[in-house]
Formats: sequence, structure tokens, C-alpha cells
Amino acid sequence: MSTTEKVGGGVATYVDQRLGSNRFLARNLKKVFPDHWSFMLGEIALYSFIIVLLSGIFLTLFYKPSMVEVVYDGSYVPLKGVMMSEAYASTLDISFDIRGGLLIRQMHHWAALLFIAAMSVHMFRVFFTGAFRKPREFNWVIGIGLITLGLAAGFSGYSLPDDLLSGTGLQIARGIVQAIPIIGTWAAFLLFDGEFPGTEFISRLYGVHILLIPGLILALVSLHLMMVWTQKHTQFPGPGRTNDNVVGYPLMPIYMAKAGGFFFIVFGVTTLIAGLVTINPIWIFGPYTPDQVSAGSQPDWYIGWLDGALRIMPNWETVAFGYTISWNIFIPAVIMPGIVFTAAALYPFLEAWVTGDKKDHNLLDRPRNAPTRTAIGVMAITFYFLLFIGGGNDIIAISFDLSINWIIWFLRIAIFILPPIAFVITRRICLGLQRRDRDKLLHGYESGRILRLPHGEFIEVHEPLPEKEKAVLMAKLGQNPQPLPAPEPTDANGVRNKHYRIKKIRAQLSHWFYGDNVEPPTVAEIEAGQAHVAHDAALEAPLHEYEELDYVNVPFHGGVLHEEGQPMTNAEQLEERGGHL
Amino acid sequence: MSDLTTRDEGATPDHGHSAPEGVNPDDLARPLYEGPGALPAADIPHRPRRSDFDPKAARRAERQVSSLFLLSGLMVVLFIVAYIAISPQAEVYVPLFGVIGAQNFALGLTFGLAIFCIGAGAIQWAKKLMPDVEVVQERHPLASTPHEDVEAEEQYERGKEESGFAQYRTIRRTLITAMVLFPLPLIVLLRDLWSPRGGSLTASPSEFLSTTAWVEGMPIVTDGTYQKLRPEEIPVGGLVSALPEDINEIQEAEHNLNARGKAAIILVRMEPDEIRSQQGEGWDYQGILAYSKICTHVGCPIALYEHRTHHLLCPCHQSTFDLADAGNVIFGPAARRMPQLPIGVNEEGFLVAKAPFAEPVGPSFWERG
Repeated sequence: MSTTEKVGGGVATYVDQRLGSNRFLARNLKKVFPDHWSFMLGEIALYSFIIVLLSGIFLTLFYKPSMVEVVYDGSYVPLKGVMMSEAYASTLDISFDIRGGLLIRQMHHWAALLFIAAMSVHMFRVFFTGAFRKPREFNWVIGIGLITLGLAAGFSGYSLPDDLLSGTGLQIARGIVQAIPIIGTWAAFLLFDGEFPGTEFISRLYGVHILLIPGLILALVSLHLMMVWTQKHTQFPGPGRTNDNVVGYPLMPIYMAKAGGFFFIVFGVTTLIAGLVTINPIWIFGPYTPDQVSAGSQPDWYIGWLDGALRIMPNWETVAFGYTISWNIFIPAVIMPGIVFTAAALYPFLEAWVTGDKKDHNLLDRPRNAPTRTAIGVMAITFYFLLFIGGGNDIIAISFDLSINWIIWFLRIAIFILPPIAFVITRRICLGLQRRDRDKLLHGYESGRILRLPHGEFIEVHEPLPEKEKAVLMAKLGQNPQPLPAPEPTDANGVRNKHYRIKKIRAQLSHWFYGDNVEPPTVAEIEAGQAHVAHDAALEAPLHEYEELDYVNVPFHGGVLHEEGQPMTNAEQLEERGGHL
Repeated sequence: MSDLTTRDEGATPDHGHSAPEGVNPDDLARPLYEGPGALPAADIPHRPRRSDFDPKAARRAERQVSSLFLLSGLMVVLFIVAYIAISPQAEVYVPLFGVIGAQNFALGLTFGLAIFCIGAGAIQWAKKLMPDVEVVQERHPLASTPHEDVEAEEQYERGKEESGFAQYRTIRRTLITAMVLFPLPLIVLLRDLWSPRGGSLTASPSEFLSTTAWVEGMPIVTDGTYQKLRPEEIPVGGLVSALPEDINEIQEAEHNLNARGKAAIILVRMEPDEIRSQQGEGWDYQGILAYSKICTHVGCPIALYEHRTHHLLCPCHQSTFDLADAGNVIFGPAARRMPQLPIGVNEEGFLVAKAPFAEPVGPSFWERG
């Protein structure tokens, strides 16, 4: 045993006698995690959050959250002598006078963008594979909370440099708060210490951005990971994988190296991007003043959909009894996101109620096998994407020389029409893929090779599925979910069913959810199909023998290759072989 | 061998190296994983990597991993050199990325590669040299056993019994009351988030939002140079951003930009017969109109003016106002017209406000009415 190992062992014993840590290690170092590229999306989110924390700590050392007006005297020449807030001046200093400051600032911004993007795509993965189902509903809700907090973290950080763009964003945020009925005006005055822009908001926001939100994110991320740990990771169907096991690689050493290494990859790539690609060049926008704005004002990407909703909303406003209700702001900026996030958080419970499914699900769904869910997801993404387009309508109008009014009218209508169309198309595609899966199980692969039989019939040779794919498809056998049965209005004794109506609605929803699913073949049918495949193989076998004999061109692609002096057709080949296969 | 490899090579394209025919797994350079949970090889298709049976390939992988780690260390040294040696003002042309700061580029490149190489090395190590045989672990039911359920319930019942929570009704009710009331101070404490300087605590927000620095006779000055304006300085079709003359004094007295945020206006001039309507009789001066610059939607300042159509477009959410028609909304999400400021000239011939704004400027609010 080397000295290092002796010291290490000594430390392990010392800690264990105080915390019982070896019991934990013994249980957990061998913990198995399944492998799939899509499981790395959540990892990217976690790692980019760590990068944001690390780079953020550096920034706090130099940033001054103060709206006190100062004269800029740094090394960025175009703004020399300009009056600006200390917040903006210190952000300029970080960008121009502190070596490596710009790198860390850009890492912070890029990692923040990546954080929200990775969380969003991770959410899609979890949604489309049904990973949110029992027993993981709580973790889904925590995930929705994390995305919401991520948006708040991003927007609050975007607002801190106090440049012209961020100040405009704050003005819009203030306008939204002010539009909340009854409490809006007071809420805005309390948040900003009076009118806009005031002198307090940046320092208040700073506390929220560096303490409150990251604290909450850290707490929720810890819970999120502890639940993944306790419940064990879900896995896709495959050879040897069941609902009751985990097939993959052990934490020590494989995932230590792979996940740990991946952290450094994400960290390194973020650093490289920050070194190469400018993000949020606040020095170009100039200091904030409430009477100026730059054309083409754009928020960071993750706020785009909310800004888009604000842009395409018709200008409804109600004045009643001396009070104003600004529907044009309240609906797109408060009610709509409220509904979206609430519906997202409740989805696992709604689906479980509709399907009546109370089973544990550790084996992931392939999106095609839950067509209605997949269609709902694509519908939501379409909705989001249309709003996102709305957020960039001015850029689109200029880039493609379109009328901005027509873009807005298109979106106002499309937001109601395109998502349902996306729903229908997605569902159709999923059901088509289910049929294809069924065919594959029954008949194997279409090899693309056409075989002409002695009596002149052409057949396409089918080949058996590879083991891995077969295991994936076979996982559906006996697992095809069934819609709930329609309830009886009265029971056997003629007593009225009290919950008849609600149960009927539930059964109808359940039918809508599962009703069109393609029934997978039975084991007997598959065996019959395999016999057919074997039969094909037997028909083709003599040709393979030819190939081995190495003197004839086997017509593998349907056509017949003819070379001088060679047998020309299968029939001729047959003849040459003495008339038997 | 055939037990370990997938047999259907024709159907599944395989990019890995396959063991040459005839290689026996027993001859592999290092044994495949055989620890706890290893599945029978037949259940999970597995194909040995070249580094599993070719000692040369294994040594090559080892060299790759250690080179990556070494490169990482080298990059750290270069980072420190760049930090010291490159001027923060220097610029460099990088293909695809244009002209960027040389030091930022050098620091990002060296630090980024230093970090990246550690990750790449670790993953290469895992992929080439650590076992790649999948293992199986059983899941255990998450729910507690019926025995544990009963025990938990018993513990709870015993606690409820011993505390007398059900028995002492008054205690229970007063406790609930106290628990409901105790967070109230935390909410009350937030009241002074807004404490108007020199103002009374009974001040209402809507009073602030309903007034601006414009009063009768207040001279209009340009934004930026703060020069008083004569009507002839504004050409037909032109747009001037303007403020009240005392704006800088107010800012110095109040130490904030609040007055500016409300009082900003734009002046536009059109031929008097182009003006179809105004918010008040004779509020223009010889075709010069003054409108608030703050959008009535959510408060962005507006200065995108199309002088032939007299349309004013907000850059934030594209609300469009017709300044020749009393500033009415013609498109977009804004619900209300842009407030107009009545203007005239004083005896010295400078443009002035004839009266304050007749309605609150900027985004709407509940008490606006």
C-alpha cells in the first residue's frame, strides 16, 4: 500500500468514526446510472449553474450596485466624462480595466443563457419520455420551479448593469407590475421606492439576484438531485432492462470520470465561447436614461416569448367605476405565463387522473408510444415558438422586408390555429410510427433485396431485427395502456352511481388519450412472423452459397447483373445448380 | 467470441472496432468487468473495444489521456503569461469572429482549453480504459412497508394523545390565531419600501403618476444641449426631443431621474392643414405639436417618427400612434393615445407649455380611471 493510500485510508476512518460515512460510500459508490445522451441535458443545466455561481462570485468583487451618478473616467474612450450610475461605471470597469473581467462577465452571461436553455431542453426530454410519471411527480414540480427561478435570475442579472437596454427592460417590467389590477400601482411604488427609475432599485435587485434567487435555486437543485438519487434514474427500454432494475455503469469509477469530465467540458466550452464571442456589449448601449431608447430593443432569448405575447396582444383596456384594467398588459404578461407555468406544474397529476395510472414507471416511454402526450408537448412548443417569433417581430420585419402589422396579425391568428394543427399532425405521426413498430416486430426488417422465386413471384426479403431494437420494441408487449372503461349509470342493484358524470368525462378523456394506440402483436403473432422471416432466409440461402462459391454476381439489389459468360437470372442459376434450391 | 458480439452486423452499422475473428475473450489484455451485478454476457450485447484486447491500443489511449492532462497544465502557464504580457487595450483579428480584444481572447482560449482538456482526458480515460460492461442493479420499492406505516401512525397518535392537542380546545385555537398573526409584522415592515422624501406617509402613488414638471409658461428646451427653442428652429417634418427648462435643477434637487422619465416630450412640425385633430383647440403652435415621449403601453420612450404619414412607432412593442390625428392609437398593443402638451410662445419668442398635461403620461395604472 502506498503512502497516499495509507493517508487516504486514515482520513476515511477518521471521518467514518464521526459521521458513519463509510456506510454511505459502501452503498453508493457502486450505484448504477443508465447511459443515454439525453440524460446529459440535466447535467449541462447543473454544470452551467455552477459556472454561473463561480463567475458571479468574481463579479461581486468589482460590481457596485449603486445608482449614484458619477462621471466615468475609465479607459473606454467614447464614454469618458459621461455621467452615469456607479452600477454602469463599475460594469465598464469590469469590461475594460480589470484584466480577465470581461472574460468572466461573458462567461457569466453565456453560462446563464446555457443554464436556461439546458433546463428547457431537459424539461422536454422528461416530458416526452414520461419521466415525470409516478414516482417522480414532485421532481417535475421542482423542475418547473427551477425554470421559473432561472428566468427570474436571468432577468434580474440582465437588469443590473444599468445600461440603456437593461433600463428599458426594467421600464417594461415596471409597466407590467403597474398594470396589475388593484395592487399594481402600490406594488410598483414599493418595489422601486416611488417613481421610475428612482435610486434604490438596482441595489434591491442586487440582493435578489445574488442571494435570494441563487439560494432558492441551490436549495431546489439539491432536492432535485437527492430525489434522483433516492428514486434511481429512469432508463429507456433495451436488452436486460426492466421496470424493476437499472442497467448502466457504476458511479465509481465510470460516472465519476464521465460526469466529472463532462463538467470540465461544459466549463471549458463556456470559457472558450466567452473568450471568442461578445455577449451583451453594454458599452455600445450607453448609460440608462428614461427618455432614450435604442431601436430594435431585444430582451435575452428566454424573455422573448413573454415580450412577444405583449407585442401581439390587442389593445384592450377597460375603465369602470373610475378604475383602469389594462387587459392588454395584464393578460399577456401576468395571466398567460401564470397559466402556462401552473399547467406545466400540474401536468403529471392531470395525466395520471385522466389515465387512472397508479403504477410506478421507471422505464421511459418512447414518445411515439404516448401519442397524445407527445402531441400536447409539440402543441405547447408551437405556442411558445409563435410567441418567441412575436418577440423578434421587428427584427424579422426588417430582415425579410415584411410588414410588421401583417406579422402581428398573422401571429394573433396563428397562436390559436397552429398549435392544434401541430397537435393533430404529431399524433398522426406517432400512430404511424406505432404501426411501423408493429410491422417490424411481426415481419422484421425490410432488407431492400428483391428475390425472384422459381415460379416467377417477386418477394422482398425480410431480415430479423437486431437484438437491441427487438428488446426496445418487445418492451411494449403486454404494457399497452388501455383507456378507462365507461362507467355504468347504476350499479348491479340499480343504485344510482353518484360520480357518474365525472367518471364519464374521465373515461372519455382517457379514451382520447389512449384510444387510438396501436395494439402491439402478441407473442404468438411474433413467432409466426419470425417463421416467415426464417422462410425468407431459407429461400435466399442458396444465393448466399453462390456468393461463397465466389463465381457469380448475386443480384442483391433487385436488378440482375449480367456479365459475359455468367448465369443471367435466378432461373438460369437454378438451372445451373440442377434445378433445386 | 460470438457470444459477446452482436451478430447482425449487416443491419446495425457499427463504428467501434471489433475484435478480430478468433480472438478469445480470455486472451484480452485486461479482463472485462466481472464485479457484482455483471449480467450474463448473452443478455446485453457487448463488443470489446480495441484497447480491451490490443495492448498497443491500450497504451495509445493511456498516452492520449496523459497528454491531455499535460496540455491543460501548459495552458495554465500560457494563461498567466497572457495575463501579464498582453495589453488590455490590444486588439486582434480572429477569422470568423472579427476584431476582438486580444487579452480577452488569449485568456479565454488558454483558460478554456486548460479546463476542457481535463474533461476530455477524464472522458477518454473512462471510454477507453475503464470497463464498459453494463451492470444491473435492482430497484427497491420506495413505499414504506405496512409495518412501518402502522408504526408511524402509532407514533403520531401517541404524540397527539400526550400533547392533548385534541383535548385542549382553547390552546389549539389560540395557537392557530397566534400562528396566523405572527407573520403580519413581516408584511407591515415592507411598507417603507416606499417612503417619499419630504412627503407625507399618506401620499398616494396615483398623485405622483398624474403630475409632471410641466406648468404653464415653462420654456421648452432640447434634450442634450438644454437650449430654449424658437418655433422657426423646428423644420416641417422634423422631430425634436425636448424637456422642461428646469429639468436639471429638479434632478439635482431630487437626486433621481424620475422627473425626466415623465416630462420627456417630442416636438413635431407639420403643415397646419395636415393636422386633422388635436386633443384641445389650438394646442399646436403654427403646426408644431408637442406629445409625451413615454409610450402609454408600458412606458418605453418613443422616437421612431415617420414624417410623411405622421406615424410614431414604439421600438419596444410596435404600438403606432397618429400624431396628425390627436395622437390616437392606430396599431399595436397600446390602448390609449399619446397625451398632448398645449404649447405656445412667450414674449421672448421661445416655445413654452401653455398648460400642464391634461392627463397622466406613461403606462396606465389602476387608479388612473
